[in-house]
Amino acid sequence: MTELFKLTIEEASKKLKNGEIKSSELLKSVIDRIEKVEPEIESFITKTFDIARRKAKESDKRYSSGKPSSEIDGIPVALKDVFCTKGIKTTAASKILEDFIPAYDATVVKKLSDAGAIILGKVNTDEFTMGSSTENSAFGPTHNPWDASRVPGGSSGGSAAAVAADECLFALGTDTGGSIRQPASFCSVTGLKVTYGLISRNGVISYASSFDTIGPIAKSAADVAIILNTIAGNDPLDSTTVKEKLPDYTTFFGKDIKGKKVGVPKEFYGAGLNPEVEKILKLAIEKLKSLGAEVEEMSLPMTDYAIAAYYIIAKSEASSNLARYDGIRYGYSPLKTQSSKSKIQNLIDLYFKTRTEAFGNEAKRSIMMGTYALSSGYFDAYYKKAAQVRTLIKKEYEEALKKYDVLITPVSPFPAFKIGEKLGDPLSMYLADVDTVPINPAGVPAMSIPAGFTKDNLPVGMQIIGPHLGEGKIIEIADAFQRATNFHLKKPKIQDSKKQETNKKQPVSPTARRGG
Amino acid sequence: MKDYFLLEGGEFKCYHQNMKDKKNSTSWVLDVAQLARIELSKAEETKFAGQLGAVLENFELLNKVDTNGVEPTAQVTGLSNVFRHDEVINSGNRESRDELLSNTPEVENGSIKVPGVFHND
Repeated sequence: MTELFKLTIEEASKKLKNGEIKSSELLKSVIDRIEKVEPEIESFITKTFDIARRKAKESDKRYSSGKPSSEIDGIPVALKDVFCTKGIKTTAASKILEDFIPAYDATVVKKLSDAGAIILGKVNTDEFTMGSSTENSAFGPTHNPWDASRVPGGSSGGSAAAVAADECLFALGTDTGGSIRQPASFCSVTGLKVTYGLISRNGVISYASSFDTIGPIAKSAADVAIILNTIAGNDPLDSTTVKEKLPDYTTFFGKDIKGKKVGVPKEFYGAGLNPEVEKILKLAIEKLKSLGAEVEEMSLPMTDYAIAAYYIIAKSEASSNLARYDGIRYGYSPLKTQSSKSKIQNLIDLYFKTRTEAFGNEAKRSIMMGTYALSSGYFDAYYKKAAQVRTLIKKEYEEALKKYDVLITPVSPFPAFKIGEKLGDPLSMYLADVDTVPINPAGVPAMSIPAGFTKDNLPVGMQIIGPHLGEGKIIEIADAFQRATNFHLKKPKIQDSKKQETNKKQPVSPTARRGG
Repeated sequence: MKDYFLLEGGEFKCYHQNMKDKKNSTSWVLDVAQLARIELSKAEETKFAGQLGAVLENFELLNKVDTNGVEPTAQVTGLSNVFRHDEVINSGNRESRDELLSNTPEVENGSIKVPGVFHND
């Protein structure tokens, strides 16, 4: 059997159960694939193949005795490098954590291991998940499998690129303002940002705690549902997790979506939207109509203010969260080498040297912005104002999602941009998040699914937004769309040739839309 | 625009600044960096002043939103005061303590060693 790495979870699980393939064969195929394409894609920070091979053999035994642990037993998975893994380096793609070895597994990692999933290693992200291109990684950028001169999106760019390049059957990412959905869109894979609190954040390195969510990136909506069944639910170690009894998400497969009410918020289709992206979205919406959905244009007027409100709150929370990296308990520290240790005068000197030497540019910008927004004279003008605007954004989504089952929008105003294009211009990078950030202040779930390709063969995603705990409604629509289309089945042609030179700075294009 | 206060050398200093001043100077970035415990080179000071100034200017868009009487939202779970029993779980032994401290640069007798607040001796 060749090319097992191409399988979806649904397909692989069936073959594993009927004995057609073994977990260790599936793993070997995926590892060979990684070795082949990784020089081009560069999605992995740490590979744990030896542990994976051992675990796959254990999985083989479970299958041969007819007792697999779950639907994902033996399925190879890549983890964004912000999930703590006991005994395995966890860096958040930051120099400040380059040697950090956690003493425990994140709850989701434990759940995946208990379910028999095979962890392949840790994949790239923007430092502390702050970014939209995976260029802010201390370990260098990851390349988009559809065009290696372009970014895979971010911050879960390593996760999305790894799934798109068939380097794993699925990956976990995190989404604070679009970090699962935008890279899923740029790489033509299916990514879900869950309802805030659906999946435990225990053991996951924080960016902005009131927005951070964990979610799967996979090859289909059906696979996303299978993964959710394993990782969703209450965790006593994360007091913000939901207490509700959750459905079996696979019961939302294969549903008729006739009569479903779909809202199309006009603010997302305004000036600044790339015309090709707009055309692809229009066709996708037509497809939903042809499947029987009742589509209606509607309005979410607070959309224009979401970027500003989101970034004020996110950076404020980030500045608090990053305060823990002080060179004392763990992570980079000048105390670790004798020569730099002798230069440390006192405690505050240690703080300054640790943070100055080991945080990257975006982390520093975040800390400074947050410090500024939370400083006594500015707290009301920035943080409090943003938190009030958040109330209005949240209310707007609550109202809209009483009326509609789901809302359909673009995921990004444009397809994947060139590596280097926005790196020197943080504001233009922030404005690129215009279609994804409003969702996190509202806390509702949203999925990105492949919706088509531009004439340059760059993927374009469609965002499906659902109500609080409405993951099932999203899966229903996404699964129906994927059964009627084959965008999600299309694979990138990854060149075997030596990598092109991609680090050349490109001129910044005038992509800023809205937000004055 | 509003005033802001910084603790410098043991006393509060009051600053008046608006967006226009921010564009013409970069020293405000140094003040913020000081509070954030980050040192900036002259080149970084100029670079970050431009980048952060542009972002802060964008934030002023929120002034257009009428938020009179609107309660701020800090979290969206609707939960409050989630308690659990005060029980010791999976800790307390020497091995797990050593494991937790294995990332710590300086440990003495099972405790974390910290440089002096004033002098390092």
